[in-house]
Amino acid sequence: MSDQKKVNRRDFIYTASTVVGVVGVGAAAWPLIDQMNPDASVKALATTEVDVSLVKPGQSITVLWRGKPVFIKRRTENEITEAKAVSLTELKHPEKDEDRASNPEWLVMLGVCTHLGCVPLADKGDYNGWFCPCHGSHYDTSGRIRKGPAPTNLEIPKYEFVNSNTIKIG
Amino acid sequence: MSEHNYQPKSKFGKWFNDRLPLLTLANHLTDYPTPKNLNYWWTFGGILTFCLITQIITGLVLAMHYIAHADLAFSSVEHIMRDVNYGWLIRYIHANGASMFFLAVYIHIFRSLFYGSYKSPREIIWILGIMIYLLMMAAAFMGYVLPWGQMSFWGATVITNLFSAIPLVGESITTWLWGGYSVDNPTLTRFFTLHYLIPFLILGLVVLHIWALHVPGNNNPIGIDIKKPSKDTVSFHPYIVVKDLFALLLFLILFAFFVFYSPNVLGHADNYIEANPLVTPAHIVPEWYLLPFYAILRSIPDKLMGVIAMLSAILILAALPWLDTSKIRSAVFRPLYKQFYWILVLDVLILGYVGAMPAEGLYLLIARIGTAYYFAHFLIILPILGKVEKTLPLPMSISEPILGGSLNAEPARSKENYQKL
Repeated sequence: MSDQKKVNRRDFIYTASTVVGVVGVGAAAWPLIDQMNPDASVKALATTEVDVSLVKPGQSITVLWRGKPVFIKRRTENEITEAKAVSLTELKHPEKDEDRASNPEWLVMLGVCTHLGCVPLADKGDYNGWFCPCHGSHYDTSGRIRKGPAPTNLEIPKYEFVNSNTIKIG
Repeated sequence: MSEHNYQPKSKFGKWFNDRLPLLTLANHLTDYPTPKNLNYWWTFGGILTFCLITQIITGLVLAMHYIAHADLAFSSVEHIMRDVNYGWLIRYIHANGASMFFLAVYIHIFRSLFYGSYKSPREIIWILGIMIYLLMMAAAFMGYVLPWGQMSFWGATVITNLFSAIPLVGESITTWLWGGYSVDNPTLTRFFTLHYLIPFLILGLVVLHIWALHVPGNNNPIGIDIKKPSKDTVSFHPYIVVKDLFALLLFLILFAFFVFYSPNVLGHADNYIEANPLVTPAHIVPEWYLLPFYAILRSIPDKLMGVIAMLSAILILAALPWLDTSKIRSAVFRPLYKQFYWILVLDVLILGYVGAMPAEGLYLLIARIGTAYYFAHFLIILPILGKVEKTLPLPMSISEPILGGSLNAEPARSKENYQKL
């Protein structure tokens, strides 16, 4: 069969119709997949304003933002000094304390362990910061991972001080 | 294969069977030749079928009263427990039924491991079984989320976060799974839908599992190929049916003990506290049947590697027919394998135990050794063992050890002699 390798009209139609079919199935499948992504009502809850006037140094509050806890901690001088004294070489995920808390008194971060999403407990662990009870991750007073399975520091969400008493998260 | 020539006796039966051969199928299932030496470890296939049907029926009833909404799920479960007629019974059967299902499936899997049932020509049966097992874990996990208690919520959070370990697309995948930025109402409703769907997928795979089984026929405790049908087989009905039913009755005693006397002993008290996204319970552990894999996850100090190790621990089973290089199926004739088998059983039990303990100090060390051994069993010990082990001589037939004198006797019955018998 010498003409076996010759591309004929039938081969072309066969390939072309397969391609059209695959694209069509893909286009039909996409809405079925994308419907599982966050819907408009979930996205609408993207910002939260918090009054922090009653939080005293050393205290911390937890607020809910996008279904996740956010820790707002007013740090003491000791805690700030301790966080700043750490050299970056000691850190698994090196970040300066200044980059995590633009106003060093206020540390605002997601209360979601970067390992598997549990809520770490405050004032616990080997580094006077947070400790995750699920799989034993220790965070320091800047919320940076120091020991345990978590890969990264506690995440800092987008936030700003609307005025001296109010923080807008998101 | 005489069953293919089966003809129904009644005129209507013949008319019907010519158009849809259901009676031929029924005849195949009743006359199906089964090795006559099957022991009680072989009764768990039937027990598992019973467990699946029980879960589907009780689940169907629960779905009539349960409300899949983050604000209402917890109270609708309490409504089932307190208000619905026999709701407590149906829910306790369903909840403990999951544990009984896993108990039976683990016995079924370890029976396969002992008697080499996964080996040629039964690899497809084995792989279908692993797929069923994976779906069972998915169904159990999603079902556990539905009561929307603290363990439900945080179990869902931890397990879905496993996907965030995937490089680059991990975060997008978890957001997609959640339908939001955390486990919330959209997560609950889709888990309910999938929890309802999966048992029917399992049912389909069970049909394939049994179909694939009926091609070569059952393995047996001495693991040799037998002629079917022959003096070495009995028909499935009534012999195996009655034996399976008796085993099921014994199993039901255990089942009933849990349902009626300690319905919550296998659960966690924290799940009677409604889900709270601000507080993680002090000590979260999965259900007992997932503990060995949980121990493997926690024994690796790196997030991605931990997740990979946990998944590999399950998926490695699918490669077992090719990792075990021994031609001899049954551990009865493999003196060394038999010992490694029991070490593996012990290893899995130890992993299960440390999986329930805090991941620190000595427990962590034991989990690491246990994990290393688990993988070594499949990746190092089994491939080498098949090449170096000196196995015991196999009997020529199931009857031989009883009727034919010593194991080393000359084959007493050639093919021709069979027919004379």
